[in-house]
Amino acid sequence: MTTALTIEGLRVSIGGHDVLHGVDLTLEAGRVHGLAGESGSGKTMTGLAVLGLLPHGSRVSGRITFGGRNLLEMPVRELNEVRGAKIAMVFQDPATSLHPMLTVERQLTEHMRHHLGVGRKEARERAAGLLAKVRIPGPEEALKRYPHQFSGGMRQRIAIAVALACEPEVLIADEPTTALDVTVQAGILRLLRGLCDELGLAVLLVTHDLGVMSAVADEVSVMKDGRVVETGPRGRVLREPRHPYTRSLLDALPVPPGENSP
Amino acid sequence: MTAPLLSVEDLVVEHRTPGRPLVRAVAGASLHVAAGEVVGLVGESGCGKSTLARAVCGLHRAASGRIRVGGHPVTPLGLRRRDPALTGVQMVFQDPYSSLNPRRRVGAQIADGLRTAGDTTTSPADLLERVGLPRAFAGRYPHEFSGGQRQRIAIARALAARPSLLIGDEPISALDASAQAQVARLMRDLAVESGAGLLFISHDLSVVRLIADRIAVMYLGKIVETGPTAQVWADPKHPYTRALLAAIPSPDGAGVLPAELPGDVPDPADPPAGCRFHPRCPLVMDVCREREPDFGPVACWLHEREPSVPS
Repeated sequence: MTTALTIEGLRVSIGGHDVLHGVDLTLEAGRVHGLAGESGSGKTMTGLAVLGLLPHGSRVSGRITFGGRNLLEMPVRELNEVRGAKIAMVFQDPATSLHPMLTVERQLTEHMRHHLGVGRKEARERAAGLLAKVRIPGPEEALKRYPHQFSGGMRQRIAIAVALACEPEVLIADEPTTALDVTVQAGILRLLRGLCDELGLAVLLVTHDLGVMSAVADEVSVMKDGRVVETGPRGRVLREPRHPYTRSLLDALPVPPGENSP
Repeated sequence: MTAPLLSVEDLVVEHRTPGRPLVRAVAGASLHVAAGEVVGLVGESGCGKSTLARAVCGLHRAASGRIRVGGHPVTPLGLRRRDPALTGVQMVFQDPYSSLNPRRRVGAQIADGLRTAGDTTTSPADLLERVGLPRAFAGRYPHEFSGGQRQRIAIARALAARPSLLIGDEPISALDASAQAQVARLMRDLAVESGAGLLFISHDLSVVRLIADRIAVMYLGKIVETGPTAQVWADPKHPYTRALLAAIPSPDGAGVLPAELPGDVPDPADPPAGCRFHPRCPLVMDVCREREPDFGPVACWLHEREPSVPS
């Protein structure tokens, strides 16, 4: 197992308010690390900090190590070489994370040509290959279309293809299935899991849905008020939670289907 | 059994867009809601559940079929004053960021509802209290509130009109996960407490399961299965209902990937012949490709001889 990215003692404060109070996480290649917690617990902020996408005026300290270097101290110029290429992100709402007025081809090839320096023709071929990989039917024709011509699930698949275009080592997925129907969610989760196993991606999956967490994550961390309160293998954390907060999250769930007590 | 509060019979709603084919968003759906009953309407996005709800409110014109509320036929909403018999239908919309007027104090917006019901004794602050907000909030504007609080205000406004039928059109999908179950429970409690019926529309089955007495599953403009919540949950009959329930990942820590339902919802402008679910159905038979099952409570050829349960 190789460590792809480590976060140590990450603290973030925005406008004088402390949002994260020292977060520690380790992402391994080929593993899905789930980050759970309620809204406002700092899950998304952790993901954004890795990419240097925190809001203006936020103060960050700690260490995010990727490829032997601290991302937090990297000049913007060098950071731009890493984010989008080596570390990619998938956002919650595919309706707003894709540009509505650019074709799928343009959105799939622009950063590829910038980061990898490939030509127009090669970029186009790779883009079609990516769409096939995320199982978009008719990839060649799909390249010419615009985001609004696809359903929500297909758009999220395209957004994942965009994130994978430069062959990243780390993928940060922030609530990637929250905006989707359960049937579509199942397909996206299978896709994410498959890509993680096949490409050896290290995935940080941010979600509030413990069912989603249980389905795909290998490791689970639970956050509360800007701190990680519990980390461990999926089965242990979800079945024998050690922290009272994790237990309260699990107790708050409706009884899962299949168990017929009301 | 008394006549249901809401009865929808063979409702068809069509969307016409110039230069586009006619879309039958609701293609012959029947549904009943009794007073004091909570019915959850579930289905994937694009199946027509919101269109059905809007037609019940009079926001869409029915192409054919009948909608009756308390025995009165529902007429499309126009510029004129609403028939007083129909002001008992109140709706809570999906997005509390756009359903409240940003330029009016929330108290004034709730007072609109009170005026509709001719209620001169209740104050907007009383209603805010009922939805769990401080009385002093009546003097504030919508932008001062979070999504969950706004949705509570929208519920207070709907309740102010003394509804006999409350409709929630995905009222929780724009809210944070922690607020979703709370707001859903609140809607149920308030509706049942006041003796009103509640038609709760959501694509989140786990929440519907928490609050609904009965579930109606909709697929591509048709209701494919209805039944008591516990029964549908424990023993789903229609293959589509089974697929929907199987797709919910369970938080048991076992790492089981949920079952995938292959394919997308077909284009409602060009629905498949025969049973609408047949191209995605794992149990498809010859008859499914040719004839549409138009019976209930489970519209599937596998369950043709099921005894019909009075709804």
